[in-house]
Amino acid sequence: MKIAVCVKQVPEGTKRIDPATRRLDRSGEGALNGYDANAVEAALRIREGDGDGEVVLVSVGPASALEAIRKALAMGADRAVLVSDDGAVGSDLVATSYVLAAALEREGADLVLFGQQAADSDGAVLWAAVADRLRRPLISQLADLSIEGGSVRGKRQTEFGYDVIEAPLPAVVAVSDAINEPRYPSLKGIMGAKKKPQETLTLAELGVDPGRAGEHGSRTAVLALGAPPARGESRTIEDDGGAAAEIVAYLQEKRLL
Amino acid sequence: MTGLVFLEHHGGEFLKGSLGVLAKAASLGEAHAAVLGSGVAGLADQAGRYGAAKVYVVDDPALEAPLPQPRVDALAQIVREQAIENVFFAQSVLASDVAAGLAARLEAGLNWQLTDLAVEDGGLVGKQPALGDSVIVDVGWTQTPRLALFRSGAFDPVETGGQAAVEQVGVSFEDFSLAARMLEQLQEEATGPSIEEAEIIVAGGRGLGGPESFTVLEELAAALGGAVATTRAVVDAGWYPYSTQVGQTGKTVSPKLYVACGISGAIQHKVGMQGSAVIVAINKDPNAPIFEFCDLGVVGDLHSVVPKLTELVKTHRAG
Amino acid sequence: MTVRPADYPPPFDAAEAIGPPTDPADERIEVGVAVVGAGPAGLACAIRFGQLLDEAPELAERLGEVPVVVVEKGKQPGSHLLSGAVINPRALRSLFSGRPQADAFPRFGEVNAESVYVLRRSSALRIPPPPTMRNHGNVVVSLSQLGRWLAEQAEEAGATILPETAATKLLVDHGSVRGIRTGDRGRGREGQELGNFEPGSDIVAKVTVLAEGTQGYLTGAAVERFGLQGQNPQVYALGVKEVWRVAKPLDRVIHTMGWPLRTGARYREFGGSWIYPLGEDMVSLGFVVGLDYRDLELSPHDLLQELKTHKLVRRILEGGERLEWGAKTIPEGGFFSLPRQLHAPGLLICGDGAGMVNVPALKGVHYAVESGRLAAEAAFAALQPGETPARVGALASYDEAVRASYIWTDLEEVRNQRQAFGRGFFVGGALASTMTVTKGRFPKRPLTTEPDAEQTLFRSGRAESYPAPDGRVTFDKLSSVFLSGNKTRDDQPNHIRIAEPVPRDLAELWARMCPAQVYEVGEETGDGMVAVKLAPSNCVQCGAITAKGGRLTPPEGGSGPEYQRT
Repeated sequence: MKIAVCVKQVPEGTKRIDPATRRLDRSGEGALNGYDANAVEAALRIREGDGDGEVVLVSVGPASALEAIRKALAMGADRAVLVSDDGAVGSDLVATSYVLAAALEREGADLVLFGQQAADSDGAVLWAAVADRLRRPLISQLADLSIEGGSVRGKRQTEFGYDVIEAPLPAVVAVSDAINEPRYPSLKGIMGAKKKPQETLTLAELGVDPGRAGEHGSRTAVLALGAPPARGESRTIEDDGGAAAEIVAYLQEKRLL
Repeated sequence: MTGLVFLEHHGGEFLKGSLGVLAKAASLGEAHAAVLGSGVAGLADQAGRYGAAKVYVVDDPALEAPLPQPRVDALAQIVREQAIENVFFAQSVLASDVAAGLAARLEAGLNWQLTDLAVEDGGLVGKQPALGDSVIVDVGWTQTPRLALFRSGAFDPVETGGQAAVEQVGVSFEDFSLAARMLEQLQEEATGPSIEEAEIIVAGGRGLGGPESFTVLEELAAALGGAVATTRAVVDAGWYPYSTQVGQTGKTVSPKLYVACGISGAIQHKVGMQGSAVIVAINKDPNAPIFEFCDLGVVGDLHSVVPKLTELVKTHRAG
Repeated sequence: MTVRPADYPPPFDAAEAIGPPTDPADERIEVGVAVVGAGPAGLACAIRFGQLLDEAPELAERLGEVPVVVVEKGKQPGSHLLSGAVINPRALRSLFSGRPQADAFPRFGEVNAESVYVLRRSSALRIPPPPTMRNHGNVVVSLSQLGRWLAEQAEEAGATILPETAATKLLVDHGSVRGIRTGDRGRGREGQELGNFEPGSDIVAKVTVLAEGTQGYLTGAAVERFGLQGQNPQVYALGVKEVWRVAKPLDRVIHTMGWPLRTGARYREFGGSWIYPLGEDMVSLGFVVGLDYRDLELSPHDLLQELKTHKLVRRILEGGERLEWGAKTIPEGGFFSLPRQLHAPGLLICGDGAGMVNVPALKGVHYAVESGRLAAEAAFAALQPGETPARVGALASYDEAVRASYIWTDLEEVRNQRQAFGRGFFVGGALASTMTVTKGRFPKRPLTTEPDAEQTLFRSGRAESYPAPDGRVTFDKLSSVFLSGNKTRDDQPNHIRIAEPVPRDLAELWARMCPAQVYEVGEETGDGMVAVKLAPSNCVQCGAITAKGGRLTPPEGGSGPEYQRT
């Protein structure tokens, strides 16, 4: 079975927004998005259960993203495909899902896996957009996952409890961070990662319309940055026995009670 | 400005978050609602009471299970047929998937995690907290339709008692949308909300002094209908489980109310809860950093303030 | 009760860090040269070795798939590197001699102007920079950034870098060093194996190069095992550093001494500060104090905060924003504290781990780079046909090369100044001119050769004058640890060894000394003794505890600070 895992590089260290571009400052070193490690782990376990198969990493990002991807290769993935092109910089959901879907289409995997969310954007939405473009069934927020007889089945966490959902392969699945504890790469894994096939594609090589990528292909825009509204009047009182009542009055005033 | 609001429902009731978004849409112009499901006719009638001027209903067995992809088909059809310019969602597991799928289907911009929205220069501008709620980003859309996904609990529902015109819509679904099947729905026991979803959190830190003191917090949390959270120091000491830890190496939460008891407010904790709408802090130490960023601070002994608070809350709720 | 930290030794035996390989032979990882530490010394060694291998295909073939491996305990190269830093570029130019990288290393500009001040609470007296400190021709860098750049060069030269990998044991068999063992990952607070437990591995190498930096864990064990101790014990200073964005560019390199340290001999407070421009819009500043201080209320972190309240420094930081914070110890023993021999069978020792720091000139990075380069050449020579690095004396050419280099001559030249004037930042010429200008207020100190932990403690009420953190210019320790990028998981095994219980005074010493607030005075256990509460995940691995009575052991790879611009 061929499994494609979508992975992303996120900036390391204390995150800041670059006031010039109004985007996340990605100039520092990058690391593998922690949540993607869950997806890589899930893919590796499926492959281990089957005894064979291929785990391919697919990513869209700057050339330096290969560093982050290497960690996933060190965990045990077989090869990596990175779409790296200046024309893809500044892509929003519409543009990113377009490019990513094209790369995934090219791979033709039985199962496409995503991690819970990107640690840098709290977006938690990319997989649904990709599934729609690929015209494949989607199951998300899986805390548990198994492959049986050509279908993928899992326990999906919702606000109300768990849904058990099944979909035939080929399918798109997003796992939650509760699904597993990603393995630490072994030293042999880390050392072998460099030698695994790593392909870098430009938008042209991928065969997509550059007008639909990057800022050009995006349908949303970042307009301005600001500080969050000051918390407003802040009061500190001393308890002389009456503080509890004051708190209740305050909560009522704020319509929280 | 006319906005179509995806009204999510569960167990025969609209979700509070969706109704809040409906109220917001109504405040900006005219609000239409989309009610999608199986056997939802009765529910649809109620949408008017919460501010919808018009309701589109898609009542189909294909929509019985709360799965996203058939809803993308339905909404896409409505948007195209009705030339809808704005579609709004309240964050939820289901709604996020629907919104993103719809964005791809319509090639429409989606801004998420929004805490507010305004009409500006004939368009819309959303407010999006970022970097652990330490900055607010103004986000916009370059064309229509505009899709917006609002943070859970961003707005409160408003009952207008109005009536809405109801329009039934028939939808043809894509094959791939119908491929996923719900086999079972398991409700979780009501042990209370998890801290990430809780609208009210009562949190305890070192000032509690020991694990026994947590019963005091649990009682307050129960009275308020909230969840109990902790700091790293508490978890390190083994007083409470790691799943309740809020902070840099724990969870990030943004409830409507965060009551911090015996918590100093070190930045490692602050980054996990600074997005809370209202922060009340109770601490013996008047110099604790938390007093610099809370809304109401009480310098006092939590062991005497919290039980009293619990009693008053219970009384208030009962009355 | 007079308390000396050395009287309460931690439960630690250097022999823990030494042993034979334990993995089955087919599971050991075989490499040519194993370098411990991706700092300037280790990376220079890897780079030079790669250059030599380029010209020696037969050796490259013989060494196999992984000719050079560099293990680094930080998240990535640079994560644990911290310095001022004004460096002498000569060693980098030698390392890349004739190649394009020779002047391509990342830097913030050359030193154009410099000032030295003697501070008092409300004044700053400018004195001429002492000859040992002239920085003309030197460049300002971020060591963390330089480390990342060097790592890229090392990879291009064919080295394999293993970040997030701690070296916890030196593999020694039949009297020679065989490689290192890496640390386990995925253990819980009690040491139990967690779900994703990954045991460490034996990396077997023909030559092992220890470039661990200050307080090198394996270095200390090796020095003991092979009897390499120098004439004097090593002594340390602790530096606490911040990087700031500033509104006005700083046009010069600044050093200060005096306030807030006290000049009385009984305090033994020697050190000072630096303030360096990092380009037009950032500044690096830090405070260094010798760890032989005696006042248990001294807090190096708070000394830095106090320094920032001086009007000279306030002016520089006005309108600015603190970006990063970190701390690290510096070996200050100089020439007489160097190991008497820098090699053993199969082993070479480089850089700060060996104590190659010129204290009066505040320089060590170029010695590290040069020693790494020389180590590579010695390793290369010992790997030629007809020789084997495990033979006693096979690597002696390294010691010869170091003794023939400027590392030796420079350190030897300043050895007397240290002896005459004692420890500290601005010894020798600086003190001489200061003594003249300040009319003898700067004391002549007797030579100190005791380890820092042997200093007897007393209390002075010093803590009362530390500024309360205002969150704009002065900051508390926890928010500082946050800015070091430290996100260590909370349930890691405790990597800090200290005696318990200890006298209250000793616990308080540690609580104040530690810039990351790892130690806290705990409950009384009777007899004036207390327990010590630890928050090991705060630790930024500066090494101060090892100098003052405890012992830092390598935590799980990947933990600790994630420095970017220090």
